[in-house]
Amino acid sequence: MSNKEKEPLFSAKNMKLLTGPLNQNNPITVQILGICSALAVTAKLKPAFVMALSVTVVCAFSNLIISLIRNTIPSRIRIIVQLVVVAALVILVDQILKAYVYDVSKQLSVFVGLIITNCILMGRLEAFALGNKPWQSFLDGIGNGMGYGLILIILGFVRELLGAGTLWGYRIIPESFYEAGYVNNGLMLLPPMALILVGIIIWIHRSKNKSLCEK
Amino acid sequence: MNKQSNTYIIVYSIVLVVVVAVALAFTAMKLQVTQQRNIEIEKKTDILNSAGLYKEEPGTDKNKAVETQYNTYIKQSFLVDAQGDVVQSADPAAEALKVLNNMKAALSKPETERELPVFISEKDGKKNYIFPVYGTGLWGPVWGYIAMNSDLKTISGAVFAHKGETPGLGAEIATPAFGNQFVGKSIFKGDQYVGISVLKGVGSSQGNDNAVDAISGGTITSRAVQSMIIDNLKFYLPYILKQQTAAQ
Repeated sequence: MSNKEKEPLFSAKNMKLLTGPLNQNNPITVQILGICSALAVTAKLKPAFVMALSVTVVCAFSNLIISLIRNTIPSRIRIIVQLVVVAALVILVDQILKAYVYDVSKQLSVFVGLIITNCILMGRLEAFALGNKPWQSFLDGIGNGMGYGLILIILGFVRELLGAGTLWGYRIIPESFYEAGYVNNGLMLLPPMALILVGIIIWIHRSKNKSLCEK
Repeated sequence: MNKQSNTYIIVYSIVLVVVVAVALAFTAMKLQVTQQRNIEIEKKTDILNSAGLYKEEPGTDKNKAVETQYNTYIKQSFLVDAQGDVVQSADPAAEALKVLNNMKAALSKPETERELPVFISEKDGKKNYIFPVYGTGLWGPVWGYIAMNSDLKTISGAVFAHKGETPGLGAEIATPAFGNQFVGKSIFKGDQYVGISVLKGVGSSQGNDNAVDAISGGTITSRAVQSMIIDNLKFYLPYILKQQTAAQ
């Protein structure tokens, strides 16, 4: 069935591009990139999810575009070209959020604009998209965006549940708990606790995955 | 073709930037209407909230709910000038919203030429005068809506908002906890206009009819709120005084 010269779209190698960043090569917990925004936008699940989606979209399409034009980019201005492409995509995402999910875009405030400075994007462009075909680069972008998003959603889940007793804005912990003396953990809503949570996730991740531990 | 030559690099960057600029300008124009509408809906929500009128309607489109409630409760809106007279125009409500959408420009005019909007809400015979205020916080603009009772002395509600004050500190002005402090406060001390002071320290405004507590850790934002209220309401003072005399 498959053409000999052309490898199938979802070959094992390509799938690894997609799933690697979720675990073995996670941008946040293994490469320790993009921590700043991960702390800032995860106090609630909804903004965390929108942020994850935005980064995935920007990462995938910037990888795709750079990979498409990689052979024409003069190497002396390649960083500038990458920045222009990423910045354009980020502005696009920002405009779309402002038009269709205005409340969320207000919560994310500057952090959408700051996707430009997210090291994951430039890192993937430099390390992958400049030297690989468009389809692979696109998958790599989606994979890394999802790897980043996965951690964001875990953080958002824990922080909103324990910090506010809600999920996606809906009350999860019933009123009767509060009447019985249960109190929300306010520290959960502050960035320092998010950093501690990231640390805990890294700890669990490494203890499950010995190959990640430094000798 | 030599990809390292200066000509190639310059032509390449020009083409790239033009393509990107066209794409962005196109989307910005396409989405502008929706975005403007979102901002206007937010302002209308805040206006309703300041008079305690906005009710969330779960299940219905938020934009629609706000529009309907705004049209029901806001009976009058118009511009007033520095003499306190209502500015005559064919469509005062539209003019008021137009100025509200660009308070910065309106406030930068000299006081004699300035025209600022007033909104009057009415529900169950209870009348509220809503005055928008606008100022500069620590990182960007701060604004709000002060709803006054029909005696035009005491405040019945206040809502504040900001562009980018520090989360957890200055940004707290947008919380109901801060806005609710204004309820029942008076902008007059005897017959003298004093506005509302924002005093440092929790509890420092206790028993003071003309002051509220500042946000701890948000000193500059709190100060901005204070000067915004005092300066902006001072402009409305001729209008307020005229209405008071008319009511007597």
